Amino acid sequence: MRKALRLALFAFVLAAPAAFAVQPDELLPDPALEARARALSAELRCLVCQNQSIDDSDASLAKDIRVLIRERISKGESNDEVRDFLVSRYGDFILLKPPLKPETWLLWLSAPLTLGLGALAIFYATRRTAVATPALSADEEKRLAEIAGVAAAERPRKTKR
Amino acid sequence: MIVEAGHFAMILALALAIVQATVPFWGARQRDFALMRVGVSTALGQFAFVALAFAALAYAHLASDFSVLNVAENSHSAMPWIYKFSGIWGNHEGSMLLWSLILATFGALVALFGRSLPERLRADALSVQGLIGAAFLAFILATSNPFERLVPAPFGGRDLNPILQDPGLAIHPPMLYLGYVGFSIVFSFAAAALIEGRIDAAWARFVRPFALIAWCFLTLGIAMGSYWAYYTLGWGGFWFWDPVENASLMPWLAGTAFLHSVAVMEKRDALKVWTIFLAILAFSFSLLGTFLVRSGVLTSVHAFASDPRRGVFILAILAFFIAGSLALFAWRAPMLKPGGLFAPISREGALVLNNLLLTTACASVFFGTLYPLALEQLTGEKITVGAPFFNMTAGLLLLALTFLTPIGFSLAWKRGDLLGVAQRLAVAFGCGLALFVALLAFFRGGPVLAPIAAGLAVYVMLGTLSEIVSRLTRGGGKAALSRARGLPLSFWGGALAHFGVGMLLLGLAATGFGSETIATMRAGAPVQVGPYEVVMESVAERGGPNYQETVAHLTVRSGGAVVTTIEPARRQFAARQMATTQAGIATLNLGQLYVSIADPAADGSIPSRLYWKPLVTLIWLGACCMAFGGAVSLADRRLRFGAPARAKAGAAAMAAG
Repeated sequence: MRKALRLALFAFVLAAPAAFAVQPDELLPDPALEARARALSAELRCLVCQNQSIDDSDASLAKDIRVLIRERISKGESNDEVRDFLVSRYGDFILLKPPLKPETWLLWLSAPLTLGLGALAIFYATRRTAVATPALSADEEKRLAEIAGVAAAERPRKTKR
Repeated sequence: MIVEAGHFAMILALALAIVQATVPFWGARQRDFALMRVGVSTALGQFAFVALAFAALAYAHLASDFSVLNVAENSHSAMPWIYKFSGIWGNHEGSMLLWSLILATFGALVALFGRSLPERLRADALSVQGLIGAAFLAFILATSNPFERLVPAPFGGRDLNPILQDPGLAIHPPMLYLGYVGFSIVFSFAAAALIEGRIDAAWARFVRPFALIAWCFLTLGIAMGSYWAYYTLGWGGFWFWDPVENASLMPWLAGTAFLHSVAVMEKRDALKVWTIFLAILAFSFSLLGTFLVRSGVLTSVHAFASDPRRGVFILAILAFFIAGSLALFAWRAPMLKPGGLFAPISREGALVLNNLLLTTACASVFFGTLYPLALEQLTGEKITVGAPFFNMTAGLLLLALTFLTPIGFSLAWKRGDLLGVAQRLAVAFGCGLALFVALLAFFRGGPVLAPIAAGLAVYVMLGTLSEIVSRLTRGGGKAALSRARGLPLSFWGGALAHFGVGMLLLGLAATGFGSETIATMRAGAPVQVGPYEVVMESVAERGGPNYQETVAHLTVRSGGAVVTTIEPARRQFAARQMATTQAGIATLNLGQLYVSIADPAADGSIPSRLYWKPLVTLIWLGACCMAFGGAVSLADRRLRFGAPARAKAGAAAMAAG
């Protein structure tokens, strides 16, 4: 059933009538309100597309929501009010930026956690390597200097280019 | 008959792949050289038979043999031959066959050029490669046979999805797959090194060209895909953080990290364990990408597959290789001896930081892509993770990385001098800062992130140039030319790639300064967009090979004079009853004027979206510059595989003569 639904949705997206992202007749006459509507549309997901905002989508459902946003903004609602209304109707699914709540803590913390754990791992790895390779003893240093001295004397001097 | 021969060739290829996966491995354990060398002949044989199978499918597509289900569903006799050919991989079954073909090609390359390798390492690597090949050939034969016949054969095909009827399809998937699958070699060698329990600079030297090839193709493939989306989807976007795009970005990020850490390993014999881990990671993300796209867990234009059997099969392959390699890693990696030491402030230290940032960015893309799927499975709750999330996580991390890029590039190996680097980069940093302040002041109240990115981009480009200059003039500017020849090609490659990063970032930053006009265009009435005026001269109907299109003929004017013309169109494909938008694009300097149109209204007016996108071409030119840098590094003498063997053979011949 779910598969069938998904297929239908897929077919719908592909066969969406030749609509068009934001059309000239949708625009509000007031440029300030229109700019708000555009900014708001950019953070809302076109529900039948893949991660596309309604501002960019050709789908007719996206157009409906664009028109709805403009109607509500014209009536004097704030961006938050419009957003809340849409979330109450379509759920968090419509927000391109997932809200911070217990279910999404792990998501939002994923990057800082990875960075922190990675930094810790590097710190311990470098410390372990430093411990694993103890400094040379005085005797060894002396031998090394001897070997290096012999090698330097034997090696033909590099000609400068 | 040819089609059945192709099917049979694939079964033979599977049989050979199974032999390749087992016999050389057994031989390496028994130290039997004859058994180990079976890997070479079977790898070549597997390649030959997969190529034969691919050729058979190509024949069916080019000849429009509609008795083959795959052809009937995805082709049409009226299509131009180039789309008939690229239609081979414009569907699930064919694209998996292309995947296997590229996999077998890389295996054959190792077989051919791996003569200088230790016998056992090569045998182990070839057998891991054979195992991957066998898994995918079995997958194709069991669930996605492209050679299935259709009885009775229809007279016509169902046509290729019009969105895919584009030169982009001919280039984008093969490049992407060359990138994805190229990392399989890196993976196979990492697994072989773990099995052998030893790894050294020679390993790095042999693996690095393969990683570079894969990385170059992946870079170009992603850039190509983004440009394709840009000109076909009709609103000028080029990156959506679509799960399918993320699937290709993750191996790229891991692969980029690998290229940097393998350089440390080759030069300084350090970071061995970490390099192996990244090798496993890069190919694991390639497999994950294949799973995400091919299983149909995501529904988008890219996902052709919707058969759950396929999803489960690929998931099994994914689980086997990722879990297997990680288990092998956990078991054997502690046995690898740590190599050279370095101070925290050094080229190595900078590359460790680079790796940390790249892998964290990769992890955040990973979480962002899979979190909604996992959450829905677990709680049934649906959320969307879109562009704002990725920009805030991966975007910020990558910005931080670009800030560090010129610094790391200027630091010396082993122990660096941060103060000296700061002095050398001061000019570049000053220029970037000046640009940032100037943009902020000029576009007061405008975007903030765009000026930051622009300043950073200029700083990266100039910083790279200043490192080149300082290398050339170290100890007097006279010998600069001979010193330029003396610098290794891998240095020039790195410089080009870093410069490309700056170009790309500048292109991205410039999107913040573009302008957009949404208007109804009428013949003769000018519309202003950015610094240009666009006038619709006429609208015409035109016929293509398998479509009808409505073309608007527009002239672009600046100060009254015509600069260029643009022809955006709407295409109607009869076979599938679908329309596509063909954006009209004119490149002016490095920017582009972009127009897309909707269907004309009854009175002949056309609702249109017009954009002026300054410097936008830098996004893709930058990516090309990065890939070119990779190619230049590849030409470095040290990396030419087989070079030492040939030199030795030459010396032997001289001695004999």
